Amino acid sequence: MDNNRLSKDLFVLKEKQNDDVDKISRPSTTFLQDATRSLLRNIPAMVSIVALLVIIIMSFIGPKMNDYGYDDQDLSRAKMPARIQLFEDISWLGFAGTLSGTFEGATVEEATQNALSRYGGNEEFIDIEIKNEGNGTKDSAKVDATYRIYEAKDMEESYFWFGTDSLGRDQWTRAWQGTKISLYIAFLAAAIDLVIGVAYGGISAYYGGRVDNVMQRIIEILIGIPNLVVVILMIIILKPGIISITIALTITGWIGMARIVRGEVLKLKNQEFVLASRTLGSPDRKIIMRHLIPNVTGLIIINTMFTIPSAIFFEAFLSFIGLGLAPPEASLGTLIESGFKSLQIYPYMLVFPAILISIIMIAFNILADGLRDAFDPKMHD
Amino acid sequence: MARYIMQRIFYLLITLFLIATISFFLMKLLPGTPLTAEDKLSEEQREIILEKYGLNDPEPIQYVNYLGRLVQGDLGISFQFDNRGVTQILMNRIGPSAQLGVQALVIGTILGILLGLLAAINHTGFLDYGSTFVAVMGKSIPSFVFAGLLQYFVGVKLGWLPVALWDGFEYSILPSIALMIFPLATAARFTRTEMLEVLGSDYITTARAKGVNELGVVFKHGLRNALIPLVTIIGPLAVSLMTGTLVIEQIFAVPGLGEQFVSSVMTNDFPVIMGTTLLFAFLFVVIILIIDLLYGVIDPRIRLAGGDK
Repeated sequence: MDNNRLSKDLFVLKEKQNDDVDKISRPSTTFLQDATRSLLRNIPAMVSIVALLVIIIMSFIGPKMNDYGYDDQDLSRAKMPARIQLFEDISWLGFAGTLSGTFEGATVEEATQNALSRYGGNEEFIDIEIKNEGNGTKDSAKVDATYRIYEAKDMEESYFWFGTDSLGRDQWTRAWQGTKISLYIAFLAAAIDLVIGVAYGGISAYYGGRVDNVMQRIIEILIGIPNLVVVILMIIILKPGIISITIALTITGWIGMARIVRGEVLKLKNQEFVLASRTLGSPDRKIIMRHLIPNVTGLIIINTMFTIPSAIFFEAFLSFIGLGLAPPEASLGTLIESGFKSLQIYPYMLVFPAILISIIMIAFNILADGLRDAFDPKMHD
Repeated sequence: MARYIMQRIFYLLITLFLIATISFFLMKLLPGTPLTAEDKLSEEQREIILEKYGLNDPEPIQYVNYLGRLVQGDLGISFQFDNRGVTQILMNRIGPSAQLGVQALVIGTILGILLGLLAAINHTGFLDYGSTFVAVMGKSIPSFVFAGLLQYFVGVKLGWLPVALWDGFEYSILPSIALMIFPLATAARFTRTEMLEVLGSDYITTARAKGVNELGVVFKHGLRNALIPLVTIIGPLAVSLMTGTLVIEQIFAVPGLGEQFVSSVMTNDFPVIMGTTLLFAFLFVVIILIIDLLYGVIDPRIRLAGGDK
């Protein structure tokens, strides 16, 4: 029994140690820092940012990199293929400045004749390579013809990096000019969507009650109207142009943002920190600006990043169905649309703007995915 | 449930009414008249034509007449095609569009589900990255760029399939492929995410513990549950296909609704424009309604009437 008794002198006061033990060695990261860090670690997203920056910069300096204006028409140099100084000797890159194709005929002569008539009959500048001697039956002989069009037109000193279109306008200049306009429309549309959407959603959710009820009924009706239909109708009555396309895109575009913001604000506004702020007498404006908006920023950014590529797509789409910008204005959509007209013979007219729009769309989508991963607290480990 | 359906149908009708009204008055604001050689017509001839099409009445009367005919399914008479009814024109046109849309939606979604399934089973493996790559490409690259590539390489260069026009099944292959890329990519991403979540849940562990073989786990326990939410994206996908057909039909010269719409925009054929717009809107709202109702039927956990969407 006595053994279990613990006498007081068994206990000695421990000497006080440095009270650093509980200290956090590193400063705690805020949500934004955390998100930034995980975004920086996301390699595809970073590559996309770089690609987008390069494209944005090029859209400003690209048109000034050569002497051709985006609307300089000259039929004598129409439909020239792409030719770039350093790459013209590497044939598979397609920057040699030649047109080539395979031609068929019953005999080699007939096939050669077909090639000559396609390229304007100037034998001197057409290289013929016989692929198949043929046996006299229809289309059995095959020849590859390469037309050195720059030499034929006595323009060996000229370089059209992306070629020229059917009116002799420099495609390089037009492609970057078009990129600038497409991006401009997309950014403008996204910005307008953001402002209207955040304001509408925020007000609807924050004030709640009857205000919310009325505003939501309006949205419920608007959301039923397919945006395709609205956009097309708007474009038909407004004259096609940069501003009217932007208006058409935003007229229903803000609804998605408004719904997201409303949902998030509804969730936030009943939380304790908002209640505390209100108890301390903060005016509505301050609660919205200081507490609610910063907390929905992540969602707003993500949503905007998804809006931009869809706006670029819609602009191109409108141009495609003939409701886009009027010539001589260029946008990626109008360039692709006119490229389609001569796809079979001059594929390069379609290729460059198509590649550009694809890169832009892919980069924005990857970046938006990356941002979503970075800003979504559930994804953080 | 019944109350919910009634409420939804009520909103649907309001939406359609609104679209009809908006498109009617927007058309009135359109620049240009539907008369082609206007200068060549004498004053009387103009009068006769305008009278015949009811364009001389005051606008409110035109509007009421228009609504009245609309309720009876009469979309008016085309200005362009020798007095043919718009309803009839659209009916002739709907076949190719529907065929393209259904082929693209069904095949695209099935392929997408398979791709997403492979990705989820092979999580962080080669197949996973491959399918993510395909999905990002498919979601990003516009369908008309795909269409151009297909048309040039498969149609022109290789000559395997017809480049354009509409004359039998093989003519529908290229446009369908161009259209199906987007649903394929979307379904693949969606299935992958859902499948990963489902495969991580407790009942899957239970199934494995009971000794269910892997195929059974993946298909019977996993996929069936993962696919329920897929229903929600079918609606938006179907709608995006409608947008797609407008362009794809242009590129491949398919005589469908989209092609008709674009050409009537060019010729100021108001009744056809309005008719197509209304038809698109109608299909849109009906598809969304059906999908929403279907979702409640498939997944009893969803309470339709309650709460906020």
